[in-house]
Amino acid sequence: MSETAEKVKKIVVEHLGVEEAKVTPEASFIDDLGADSLDTVELVMAFEEAFGVEIPDDAAEKIQTVKDAIEFIEKQQAAA
Amino acid sequence: MTEDANAPLPTGTLMQGKRGLIMGVANDRSIAWAIARAVAAQGAELAFTYMGEALEKRVRPLAASVGSDIVLPCDAGDDAQIDTAFGEIEKRWGKLDFFVHAVGFADKQYLRGRFLDTPREAFLQALDISCYSFAATGRRAAALMGPGGSLLTLSYLGAEKWVPHYNVMGVAKAALEASVRYMAADLGADGVRVNAISAGPIKTLAASGIGDFRYIMKWNQYNAPMQRNVALDEVGGAGLYLLSPLSTGVTGEVHHVDCGYHIVGMKNPDAPDLSIEKG
Repeated sequence: MSETAEKVKKIVVEHLGVEEAKVTPEASFIDDLGADSLDTVELVMAFEEAFGVEIPDDAAEKIQTVKDAIEFIEKQQAAA
Repeated sequence: MTEDANAPLPTGTLMQGKRGLIMGVANDRSIAWAIARAVAAQGAELAFTYMGEALEKRVRPLAASVGSDIVLPCDAGDDAQIDTAFGEIEKRWGKLDFFVHAVGFADKQYLRGRFLDTPREAFLQALDISCYSFAATGRRAAALMGPGGSLLTLSYLGAEKWVPHYNVMGVAKAALEASVRYMAADLGADGVRVNAISAGPIKTLAASGIGDFRYIMKWNQYNAPMQRNVALDEVGGAGLYLLSPLSTGVTGEVHHVDCGYHIVGMKNPDAPDLSIEKG
């Protein structure tokens, strides 16, 4: 697992208070990890801060799974 | 000044023996929370309200962290719920020393595009929740206060000047700032003060609904006299001042806590050019 993936996972575990084992790449924040609509906004804010990337609203709406988040952040990092 | 929302704060006894209700904490990035922490560190005893389950689960642990066990549901748009919440405060405490109103709402859909296109319903809702609710709650709070009481609400520069995308919220904040003045006059003779803080842009949960917010933050950072954005604990400190005996001669005031941005009339020539994309 990449460094970014590890960090994303850690943020998700801490923010949602879920078991690490549940945070698989395919896990949906809302359906599988019990996130509410505010959690998803807070997670995006936490990712932005932790990785120094910007996640615009329209991109944030498409980030539904752990993998979506990792892929978006890695793409941003590659572009920077 | 620190970016850490939970960094230690100056402690003291400025608010010893004072009890206050804080309405509008969403999470530990909330301005209301920054103010709550600042007054709690000076000995204040606090109660909190929340709206809905999602916010309840965020507010309860924060309240517990400052030793508060009064956490009440309250929809600022519902008079019956406001009555119930203040009734509970009266039952528990009998009196109230200060009240923080950090509540606002506008349909996100209208915080972009033209203000002119705001439908009547969205306008009325924004004005109801963001402005009238201060009168509705302030009236009940003041009824529990004696001389020395202090009411505080939160505004933004968009009330005074055009700010992109702030739209109906700017109009609601303008009405809120006018309400501060009228409420200050209503309550002045009772020794109860009413003020607002107009904070610079801060990345809160509420701000996430405002279009191109990163651009607004960058613009402020480059063009404010202090060439940075304001930190949460700086707004907390200003809140402490306005709620404490330090400001007993101050009422009807809209106090800017924005690194000086409100005095600026033009872009700083040394500031880099910004585009929405680069934000």
